[in-house]
Amino acid sequence: MNERIKKLREQSLNAIPSISHERAFLLTKFYKSGETEKCSTPVARALAFKYILENKELCINDGELIVGERGPKPKATPTYPELCVHSENDLEILNTRPKIPFKVSNESKDIMLGEILPYWKGRSIRDRIFEEVDEEWKEAYSEGVFTEFMEQRAPGHTVADDKIYHKGMLDFKKEIQSSINKLDFFYDKEALSKREELKAMEICCDALIAFANRYSKKLYELAVHEKDKRRKDELETMAGICSRVPANAPRTFWEALQYYWFVHLGVITELNTWDSFNPGRLDQHLYPFYKRDIESGLLTEESAKELLQSFWVKFNNQPAPPKVGVTAQESSTYTDFCLINLGGVTPEGKDAANDLTFVLLDVIEEMRLLQPSSMVQISKKNPDRLLKRALKIIKTGYGQPSIFNTDAIIQEMLRHGKSIVDARCGGASGCVETGAFGKEAYILTGYFNLTKVLEITLNNGVDIRSGKPIGIETGNPETFSSFDELLDAYRKQLNHFINIKIKGNLIIEQLYAKYLPAPFISILIDDCIKTGKDYNAGGARYNTSYIQGVGMGSTTDSLAAIKFNVFDKRKFSMKELLEALKSNFKDQKELRDKLVFETPKYGNDNDYADAILKILFELYFNEIDGRRNTKGGFFRINLLPTTCHVYFGSVTGATPDGRYACEPLSEGISPVQGADINGPTSVIKSASKIDHLRTGGTLLNQKFTPQFLATDDGIDNVVHLIRTYFSLDGHHIQFNVVNAELLREAQKNPEKYRDLIVRVAGYSDYFVDLGTALQNEIIRRTEHGKS
Amino acid sequence: MQVSGLIFDIKKYSINDGPGIRTTIFFKGCPLNCWWCHNPESRASEPEEFSGRLSRWNPDFENMNRNVVGRKVTTANVMKEIEKDIPFYQQSKGGVTFSGGEPMLQIDFLSCLLEKCKLIDINTAVDTTGYSDYKNYERIYETTDYFLYDLKLMDDHEHIKYTGASNKIIHENLRRLTSAGNKVILRIPIIPTITNTSKNIDEMVNFISSLEKVREIDLLPFHKSANSKYEKMKKENKLPNLVPLNEEEIEFLREKFSKLGYPLKIGG
Repeated sequence: MNERIKKLREQSLNAIPSISHERAFLLTKFYKSGETEKCSTPVARALAFKYILENKELCINDGELIVGERGPKPKATPTYPELCVHSENDLEILNTRPKIPFKVSNESKDIMLGEILPYWKGRSIRDRIFEEVDEEWKEAYSEGVFTEFMEQRAPGHTVADDKIYHKGMLDFKKEIQSSINKLDFFYDKEALSKREELKAMEICCDALIAFANRYSKKLYELAVHEKDKRRKDELETMAGICSRVPANAPRTFWEALQYYWFVHLGVITELNTWDSFNPGRLDQHLYPFYKRDIESGLLTEESAKELLQSFWVKFNNQPAPPKVGVTAQESSTYTDFCLINLGGVTPEGKDAANDLTFVLLDVIEEMRLLQPSSMVQISKKNPDRLLKRALKIIKTGYGQPSIFNTDAIIQEMLRHGKSIVDARCGGASGCVETGAFGKEAYILTGYFNLTKVLEITLNNGVDIRSGKPIGIETGNPETFSSFDELLDAYRKQLNHFINIKIKGNLIIEQLYAKYLPAPFISILIDDCIKTGKDYNAGGARYNTSYIQGVGMGSTTDSLAAIKFNVFDKRKFSMKELLEALKSNFKDQKELRDKLVFETPKYGNDNDYADAILKILFELYFNEIDGRRNTKGGFFRINLLPTTCHVYFGSVTGATPDGRYACEPLSEGISPVQGADINGPTSVIKSASKIDHLRTGGTLLNQKFTPQFLATDDGIDNVVHLIRTYFSLDGHHIQFNVVNAELLREAQKNPEKYRDLIVRVAGYSDYFVDLGTALQNEIIRRTEHGKS
Repeated sequence: MQVSGLIFDIKKYSINDGPGIRTTIFFKGCPLNCWWCHNPESRASEPEEFSGRLSRWNPDFENMNRNVVGRKVTTANVMKEIEKDIPFYQQSKGGVTFSGGEPMLQIDFLSCLLEKCKLIDINTAVDTTGYSDYKNYERIYETTDYFLYDLKLMDDHEHIKYTGASNKIIHENLRRLTSAGNKVILRIPIIPTITNTSKNIDEMVNFISSLEKVREIDLLPFHKSANSKYEKMKKENKLPNLVPLNEEEIEFLREKFSKLGYPLKIGG
């Protein structure tokens, strides 16, 4: 890393996340001007987008090679009042909360409360959602049965494919025009709304070009006054690049990176889409440029790395937009889940790893930044060399890159009805979510608390925390004469709450389609231009809605504990168990010891507990998979938690697996923390007993102490572990390489460990930014190096 | 007839007991009584009480008592555990290792397990002190892929002092096993002031060079991980304050043993 990159990296690390009122102010000013009343909703949104990009402050950081910030400076983070308008209390919390704070200046506070709040109150999508959903939805939501992703952030969860490297915005405009020309007003009753949508897309193309031209002009100005000859040349080159892209297709490696970055800024300025946005298969998309520029002498490996490093800093400068309430708890992180995919297979299904893949891995290792996240796709066709290179980065304790099974991802997509080529060009984004890049709207709609539903079942439909009967009456479990009776009751409660969740989702989808079209992102995702439909209204080629199950391990172990101790071995009665749970195991050490130490647990490759995992998986799958959404697509499941297992745990009482009230649930499909006592092969065997290929992603974390990866033999064995897991169709695995002592030390002296990044769930985060409960949970997760 | 035996643990993802990813079955009972023993719970040939949690509770074994170390199991029980990790053995060219204690003490049980493993093509290793009648080694020779064979002290008086048994039969068996084929991986515990003396090391190098052929030499430097086990088992730890080897000492040994020309591993 050279001096200027070091400086940029430091600047990024030291920048304090703050709220910028700029975007909200410009948006509100434009909406107040009356312009939007003269046009359709998509056109209004597009004009507002253009107004923001034409008027926002520009930011060029010293020495950087890729330009463009979302806010006026690094980590100055906009708000999106059309989605979520912040109250005085919200701003106070954001400014002062100990974890993931955002500084709010007095000026910003005055503007946000004086001008922005009054205009958007009641108009924001968040307000509309809480207005439109049923009372039972609100109750289940507030008691922690599920969360709702779209109540503060927009549907996004999508990834760029390679189209921007072949087409400029001017080319997209031509496609849009041709689509308008083809509209059939005689037979298509949606023709007018399609024309409005397409017009909106066209405006967005112009908006991005205008934004880049402003940068170009500013760079020329800087060049004129620049004393340093080398920097002067650079600034001129950059000015040239910004006048060329994104209007036209890129010709060089540098142009390609700058083009992507403008597109990225466009997406995250238009809306606060979940998972920001993501260049996806970066090593594939950039390789032709890399190869050509290296051959022509325009680029060296070193200069390519410098450009990529400058590019990396840009991601780190954009924290996830501020979240409040339940959304802040389910996703308590600055990371915005932009997951760079490396490796995998080509559109023809061959090994896709190339020279640039390894250059990018060098960059990841050297930069050690929170953002962007990174992963390697490992197909059976990829060489071990790729996996070993990734493990050598993982072993430094950085939590990245994570490791994915390409062959599983492709089969998951084929099951969803995607074409083989679209599947091969896809990958995973966010935490672990499978998607057809550039062609799919795959929306995570919220987490679902599987353990809470069991608690409600054990209380005959009543939520014991609030005392409210939010479930249905499925019988007093003390009267159940068999485990099957309990399972049947659980299935009925599950069905009840999934129906509430899905009905809510269907309402929310329609609210977005109606009030918040996203014409800019629609340009980027096939086949929105072709069909004249918005990304948020079913314009994508594939439209998937996910509900993410949380607490697989905790629920499995709880069910297994009941089956084993109450029905099979009759060690104690249901009544005794329920009373112990109610008292949070007060004076029940003996009973709890039996539950913790002498009860079958998921994660040990024993069929007693694992059979229950399979049942739970099938119940959840059958309730959701294949149900229709309003965009012509389907509901699917995936199994990941971000930080939601901590939140869900905090609203769930003591559970039959011996877990105390309010402790975190298990995360992803990982076993309950500390319950896996037979080592990683047993965890992998247990985890592979569910059918990963019928999900859209599962998440398995394993913690290793550094010794496991210290030698080449150690790395070889971990390669074997991963290859075996993938041969059993496992979707994703990641290793946290740290020891508990170090983590405890970091907990005590956070200031000394500001750079300690750990694997949390489907992503990595700064350890010191995590809440204490989550820190403790990570410390507790089994350390396989010890036994 | 269902053969059964006494074991005290089954360890998965065992990566230091032979090649690849292995499952190690720990037999209970040992004819030796080495001062540095890492598995004090392995010595007695009957189940023992202990204080504190030591054994892995497994619902697949009926009536398991987690306050007792050592349990009687059938070959079917053990095979079920071994077979669970077949995908990992296949991927890593690993397999199963029978260790202890001394597995040769339960030769019928061992031999039955080895045969069952061979029937389903699982790679096998037997970790042995060498202190057994040679006919027992002959009996399992065909069904054993590797012998992990301990070599401790060359001087017989010393051997008797620190292990409680003579080394004559051990060295003689080793000579015969290494002549029978290329299946022996030598395992040498490096215990400061006991086995790690220049005299013992020199004699050992000479002895190994006189053997026909070994597959590999593993040097196993002493570590203190067993201290807490001694406490839990309430057994006398004769070496509570021994200081583990430093890097320099290990490098010195690496040089010494690598001259023999066999693949050398530190830490097994």
